[in-house]
Amino acid sequence: MTFLSICRRLGMFLLVVWTASTLIFFVPRIAPRNPIQDKLLTQLEQGGAAGDIKALVDAYNVKFGLDKPLWQQYLAFLGDTARFDLGQSIAYYPSRTIDIIGGALPWTIALLTTTTLLGFAIGTIIGALTVWRGSSSFYRYLVPLLMVFSAIPFYLIGLVLVYVFGYRLGWFPLGGGMGIRTSFVWSVPLVLEILYHSILPAASMLLSTLGTWALAMRGMMVTVQGEDYMNFAEALGLKNRRRFLQYGLRNAILPQLTLLALSLGHVLSGSILVELVFGYPGVGQQLFRAIQHLDYFVIYGIVFILICTISFAMLIMDLVYPLLDPRIRQSSAAR
Amino acid sequence: MPADAAARSKPLTWRREAFREAVRYIRRNPSIAIGAALILSLIAFAVCGRFFVDWNDAFPLSGPPSRAPTLDYPFGTDAKGRNLLAVMTYGTALTLKIGIVAGLLGVAIGTTLAFVGAYHRGWTDAIIRVVVDVLITVPALLVLVVVASAIRSSMSTTIMAITIALLAWREPARKIRAQVLVMRESQYVLMARLNGASTARIIFFEMLPNLLPYLSASLVVAVAQAILASIGLEALGLGSPSEPTLGMTIYWLMNESAFLLGLWWWIVAPITVLVVLFVGLYLITVGLDELANPKLRVRNS
Repeated sequence: MTFLSICRRLGMFLLVVWTASTLIFFVPRIAPRNPIQDKLLTQLEQGGAAGDIKALVDAYNVKFGLDKPLWQQYLAFLGDTARFDLGQSIAYYPSRTIDIIGGALPWTIALLTTTTLLGFAIGTIIGALTVWRGSSSFYRYLVPLLMVFSAIPFYLIGLVLVYVFGYRLGWFPLGGGMGIRTSFVWSVPLVLEILYHSILPAASMLLSTLGTWALAMRGMMVTVQGEDYMNFAEALGLKNRRRFLQYGLRNAILPQLTLLALSLGHVLSGSILVELVFGYPGVGQQLFRAIQHLDYFVIYGIVFILICTISFAMLIMDLVYPLLDPRIRQSSAAR
Repeated sequence: MPADAAARSKPLTWRREAFREAVRYIRRNPSIAIGAALILSLIAFAVCGRFFVDWNDAFPLSGPPSRAPTLDYPFGTDAKGRNLLAVMTYGTALTLKIGIVAGLLGVAIGTTLAFVGAYHRGWTDAIIRVVVDVLITVPALLVLVVVASAIRSSMSTTIMAITIALLAWREPARKIRAQVLVMRESQYVLMARLNGASTARIIFFEMLPNLLPYLSASLVVAVAQAILASIGLEALGLGSPSEPTLGMTIYWLMNESAFLLGLWWWIVAPITVLVVLFVGLYLITVGLDELANPKLRVRNS
């Protein structure tokens, strides 16, 4: 890979982040709503500070810079985001956006990174076994089941799990990241409680991703099994287990790694619905709340981080992949 | 004109061969057929529903609330007195309609852009390519959620379909562009051009008919993705509150405490319909993918 091609790829990364940020800046502004007025009106209805709403709205508009023309706001937004200054929340003024995201991020990352990696590991092995000549026929019967599970979105699986194991059987909590009355002090019981609360959401994510990984791996394994070196390994009289792990799995797993990088990048954006179903206190939940309040700065902040992680994952993948697979030269990677 | 005829015969035999190959593949690997059967039965369910059940019962307070399945209400009723059978048939029809409108719009926009760019090449093509490449990295659901919430005040099913179509054109644009690039260099297009055919004639009479298999495959995939997107958005509560689509039923049962009331039929009905829908769409799209890309096929040796 040449220096020039790396520079071109980096330029593409910046272009993607800039374009996507621009898109996200303008889209919420289509709304014929004013988030500040909405917020003050609800406060008024709840018996909050009465008074001259109009003057208050104007004052807050100035405070958030919403009184300026849109292009000036856009330039200010670009400057602030480039310096990672995400501003303050409108709905939860004076909380800073960065604090809101920081409080939610560990939940999402812990839950979704674990399930993504687990799903990848288990799914890949199961998928490889479904077409491996030496494996038991049990795995072959798994294929239709895997297909069904990968077809159903995780929020539906989550709903069924909550209903059966939460309401009917009462084995697991119905939602939340931990007990409502538990105070957040690190201790062994707290960790256990958090784990206990994460079992159902994790299970629903696992069930739906497992199938996707398994089916993709299955396709790769078929190709690999036809290769000459597999016949050679068999002729050498190598043990089934060794042929599977070192000759089959190892060669078939490469394209899976690309997908893994991508889905790790998509971890945050995939979290919205699963967090809503389970009331899990993560980024997705915060983003949804921000969107309901049209809280511009929290929306911008979260989406900016999402776009950065996805583009970054793709960048890393493009840069690392030629190192892993010498067959891919930059010329073919450029499509 | 004999030259013209010779130029035409080539894609024709190619098409017939491809068609035979497709039939052979489908016969050996029934996933497309099973998927199509599931989706067709759902369509039949939605269409026939109108004759067996009054669609007005799909709206609140037309029946007794929270009634378990009986002969009068085979799927039961929800807490607001909607007849769930009516909701399911009406909702399926509505959701399919959103998907088809959005998918058609998306493929139409994508194909137009692909032709505008790939046929003339040059800087128009360069710009379109960069835009598509950039937009493809933006997570669709995210943008849709933001758009949907921004125009919430008037989120009818039509606007839902248009919103989804705004993002559904990216994949078709990329795939069809690649096809057009290959096709414009092909013998029969060259012959047509030598015979003095106009650009419009070449595009509409030479290229589009040969693109039909790709277009219909893209359309099915786009419709499937549009349906999934609309259900996801509605489950988030971003649909029209007055229209009982499939996604809205998920939103309702999550928000109107179907669990706490212990109304199991309220959960079973939509989940059964949705599982049939999702599995059907999945089998069709996976099958079409493998049909177009033989590398993906798993041979049963």
